[in-house]
Amino acid sequence: MFKKNYLVPLAAILPVLLLSGCDMNMVVFDPQGPVAREILDLINWSLVFMLLVVVVVFGLFGYIVWKYRATSKNKDYEPPEEHGSTKLEIIWTFIPILIVIALTIPTIKTIYKLEKVPEGYENKKPITINVTSADWKWIFSYPEQGIETVNYVNIPADTPINFKLTSAGTMQSFWVPALGGQKYTMAKMETQMYLVADHPGEYIGRNTNFNGKGYAGMEFTVEAKSPQAFAKWVKDVKSKAPKLTEKSYINLLKPSNLGRETFSNTHLAWVNHADMNAKIYTFPELYRNHDYPGQIFKDPDNHTNEKTEGKSMDMNNMDMSGKSNGGEHSGH
Amino acid sequence: MSANLNTALPLEYQTEQNRMNILGFWIFLGAEIILFATLFATYSVLSTRFAGGPTQNDLFEIKGVMTETILLLTSSFTCGLAIYEMHRGNKKGLLTWMIITLLLGAGFVGLEINEFITYVHEGATMQTSAFLSSFFVLLGTHGLHVSMGIGWAVMVMIQIVKRGLTPVTARKAFIIGLYWHFLDVVWIFIFTFVYLKGMVS
Amino acid sequence: MGIKWDKFFITGDPLILGSQIAILLTMIGIVALVTYLKKWKWLWREWFTTVDHKRIGIMYILMGVLMFFRGGVDGLLMKAQTATADGKLLDAQHYNEVFTTHGVIMILFMAMPLLIGIMNVIIPLQIGARDVAFPQLNALSFWLTFSGAMLFNISFVIGGSPDAGWTAYFPLAGKEFTPGIGNNFYAVAIQIAGIGTLMTGINFIVTVLKMRVKGMTLMKMPMFTWTSFITSIIIVASFPILTVALALMTFDRIFGTHFFTLGGGGLDMMWVNLFWLWGHPEVYIVVLPAFGMFSEVISTFSRKMLFGYKSMVFSIVGIAFLSMLVWVHHFFTMGAGPAVNSIFSITTMMIAIPTGVKIFNWLFTMRKGRIQFTTAMLWALAFVPCFIIGGTTGVMLAMGAADYQYHNSLFLVAHFHYVLIPGVVFAVFAGLYYWWPKMFGHMLNEKLGKLHFWFFVIGFNMTFLPMFFLGLDGAVRRSYTYSAETGFGPLMLVSAIGAGILAIGFGFLCYNIYWSARYADRNISSDPWDARTLEWATASPAPFYNFAKLPEVKSLDAFWYMKKNNDGLELRENEIKEIHMPSNSGLPIIMAIVFGIAGFFLIFEWKIAALVAALGIIAGLIVRSFDYNDGFHVPVDEIKATEKAWRKVDKEVKDHVS
Ligand code: HEM
Ligand SMILES: [Cu+2]
Repeated sequence: MFKKNYLVPLAAILPVLLLSGCDMNMVVFDPQGPVAREILDLINWSLVFMLLVVVVVFGLFGYIVWKYRATSKNKDYEPPEEHGSTKLEIIWTFIPILIVIALTIPTIKTIYKLEKVPEGYENKKPITINVTSADWKWIFSYPEQGIETVNYVNIPADTPINFKLTSAGTMQSFWVPALGGQKYTMAKMETQMYLVADHPGEYIGRNTNFNGKGYAGMEFTVEAKSPQAFAKWVKDVKSKAPKLTEKSYINLLKPSNLGRETFSNTHLAWVNHADMNAKIYTFPELYRNHDYPGQIFKDPDNHTNEKTEGKSMDMNNMDMSGKSNGGEHSGH
Repeated sequence: MSANLNTALPLEYQTEQNRMNILGFWIFLGAEIILFATLFATYSVLSTRFAGGPTQNDLFEIKGVMTETILLLTSSFTCGLAIYEMHRGNKKGLLTWMIITLLLGAGFVGLEINEFITYVHEGATMQTSAFLSSFFVLLGTHGLHVSMGIGWAVMVMIQIVKRGLTPVTARKAFIIGLYWHFLDVVWIFIFTFVYLKGMVS
Repeated sequence: MGIKWDKFFITGDPLILGSQIAILLTMIGIVALVTYLKKWKWLWREWFTTVDHKRIGIMYILMGVLMFFRGGVDGLLMKAQTATADGKLLDAQHYNEVFTTHGVIMILFMAMPLLIGIMNVIIPLQIGARDVAFPQLNALSFWLTFSGAMLFNISFVIGGSPDAGWTAYFPLAGKEFTPGIGNNFYAVAIQIAGIGTLMTGINFIVTVLKMRVKGMTLMKMPMFTWTSFITSIIIVASFPILTVALALMTFDRIFGTHFFTLGGGGLDMMWVNLFWLWGHPEVYIVVLPAFGMFSEVISTFSRKMLFGYKSMVFSIVGIAFLSMLVWVHHFFTMGAGPAVNSIFSITTMMIAIPTGVKIFNWLFTMRKGRIQFTTAMLWALAFVPCFIIGGTTGVMLAMGAADYQYHNSLFLVAHFHYVLIPGVVFAVFAGLYYWWPKMFGHMLNEKLGKLHFWFFVIGFNMTFLPMFFLGLDGAVRRSYTYSAETGFGPLMLVSAIGAGILAIGFGFLCYNIYWSARYADRNISSDPWDARTLEWATASPAPFYNFAKLPEVKSLDAFWYMKKNNDGLELRENEIKEIHMPSNSGLPIIMAIVFGIAGFFLIFEWKIAALVAALGIIAGLIVRSFDYNDGFHVPVDEIKATEKAWRKVDKEVKDHVS
């Protein structure tokens, strides 16, 4: 009974899993740039060892459980008293140590490598893009080009991009799995990461760190273009896109899921959220929910303090009750 | 269990239950050490984040802090004397030194409250900045511990008056003593890492 | 600040309205039933005021099973919502609340109470003690945990659920981004339960150090006692950090301080560090006792002593030590710099070494044994391969650079479910089937147990195995929906169906408990499994004084040794002496209620009311300080009668078998 019960459902599930697993072409296993490829190499290396562990232990487990199972035939068998075996115990301490060493060395190498411009691109001048995450959208500023986009980022293919990451509010995580790993974006802090796209194409990026109602919709696209197409796009944006003002920027920061937007200047002119002493832009009233309302405290360094010039400002009177617009998926 | 008295040991160690209580209290103090260590770590990380508010140099005054320190250190000494008297079986000595200890402790708490009130009047509240939040919570936690200790010691003293020195009351007094010395040690750290360091930098 | 009654109850959602009605009806039903059966006095005397470690343990277990149900419903709701692309069952807000409460309840109010419950029942028996070191404190621990759990659970009908995840990262969890009181429930309810847990830790350290019977040296302790002892040490070392973190969160949210906030110089990373400084040890707090239970079960049902006892002990101590040094692996992606990430990658991977030692020791315990496939043993067997998957993926996550791709994806979710469910839930099930006769004097039905087992294990694998693949394909955790283009649909559906199967398995457990309570045979031996450790050397269920005569330990697996050498099993009349036991006390439950009330006011930010209630806590402490009740003595005749009764049954059963 033991055997039969086990095998039937297993036989049913495994092919489903394997099939769907394989033809999904999982994005982590399909890297589109040197950074993601570097990580994949490390993953594959670890998979070899982990598979080895799984096979050995599963095999040993199956063998022992089968061989020493209680049957009617061995009813009178009295197992020996066995305290252990120093030799064996040393062996299975040392083999894991060796495996850990084998995994540690490439891990550390890769960790250090990922901090630098990817190999082979050292001579190309990186483009800097400031990424600012807000609830629940991604803002990309191109300080060198003087343009800004929301929820999509165009980059030249085959060029290292120096992403400088920060957040206007909650902590988020910037992840483009096809191109590389992720990193947190935090207010008043700057994190940094290099990514390169091998060739033109469109890749999905998103926030992975939960940050409230609109989290599920916090996606963006990375469009890698040929350098010429990129230059042309920049030129177009500079001449055609509207200008962002501080006021419209504050509106942009209010919690919402947005589509794509493009501007011909950047918000870095008035605020860089990565700055330790940057003003903060929070709108607690807009996050009200169905729960019992709690007291909201004034932030000493909130941008709203400026306009009211010293007058104390009662957030509760600031009627912004217009329903918070989070939650819905407002695709792009 | 309680019937087995081992009279070769000091009064507070004579029963098994007493020995367990004292060991338990030591472990509790271990937990307290971690609690205060966490608060210290928080303070040391946040102690330079003034958010435009006052700094250590703007606030701290050595005189008051010195007095607080002397009061608490002395109380630790008198507390030791109290336990010494207890071991000599001198109930009156124990109570007298205990009362002195608590008076010194109360003086400390009074001065600390006074210090806090001064800061608040200067506009330095715990909502002002991360530095002040961590300052008030670290010191407030210590101050609260001292106050609770005073209340607790009064309870124990009432019991000693009512019941005399028995293994149980002796154990309670002994544990209070441990607690009191512990709070003293914590204060030494506060004095060094919060006040002295704050005023030097 | 006036009370906003219109906001007091959560309204406007049919699901919640349904629950509110159901809760109300259930409560009325329970009160009516107890009144009708005239059981209030009995409840108060035998359970609410008890200080008996076995009863406290049983109450913990009952609470854990109930919370498993609540957390499980949360889980099923999530799985139902994400079973298909663009699911419409829950909206974002509701989903966020559900996964937050799911996480908190499963770790703190399901896993912890079940483990601590079993520890409570078994540890004093295993070390031959009459109770724990501080029985009243033990009762207080339980009632505080219970009080915290109840407070947390009412949040979804009164006041609003927390919705910032069980990790409650700032600034999201601060007032700037979650201005409602929902997250106050998180800060305060967990605090109350956490204090209870800390007390339990202290209690068990002293119990194990001071109350072992004659002859039981540290290296003769059963493995479950060892793991529980080390767990208690981790509790004492790490729970104060949680206490502080939650207190600072409470200050930020209710008193406007700036520890972790965006404004005022607060530092959100500080919360993340404090949380995981507690959080990682916490995962080992729950898994170590579970390891101990597996050790007992595997050794009993292989009919062999544990292989490599010494290296088992060293590896738990090693795990406990390392568990304090790895917390940064939860945020490799914070950009702390390559040196930090490298160091923490190494420390994390090192945990796999002692863990591997344990796995091989278990395997070699079974080798040359005679393995009986009881339900308890099946859980222990299923644990090995499942936990291997969890552990190997853990090592993959531990490789900092690779983690950049796994972090916060469903791959991570799969990992921790593959360690927590086999590591904790399977263990608790194994422990329950194994020790049920010790607690209640009857067995759980083995047939129903096997149904429970197969549904649960298959459902579990089906739910979480697909998540590895989904994660590698870019599916993230905590997302309430996904679009059809992502292609996640089919595997998500498999996973949701798996969750349904798993739930059926849990249903079988509940039915099994009911069925066995009604119909199972009461005439069983006190040692139905032919087990090895001291808890089986007394009656099942154990009498309230545990042992009429304390046994003397001569070797590891003391009871096995006693049986083999027929040494110390008989009880002679003249050996029976009066036994001193602690008296019941109503103070713990009353204090916990006061704690709950104070917590409730604090959550609603009614500060003065909270302060007044807090004075009640102090009053309780004062009452306790003046309490000189020293317990009572069980007369010899009563012990004689009790012992005669069970030994007679025992003899009959044994003669019958042979
Ligand atoms: C071989 C041993 C293990 C290793 C190397 C390991 C490694 C890791 C790593 C590196 C992470 C963080 C991944 C990330 O956030 O990206 C993680 C997460 C986690 N692990 Fe493990 N782990 C091990 C065993 C365990 C055990 C035994 C448990 C619990 C019983 C556990 C429970 C968890 C939980 C709950 C999380 C995620 C918490 C969250 O983010 O909500 N792990 N593990
Ligand atoms: Cu961890």
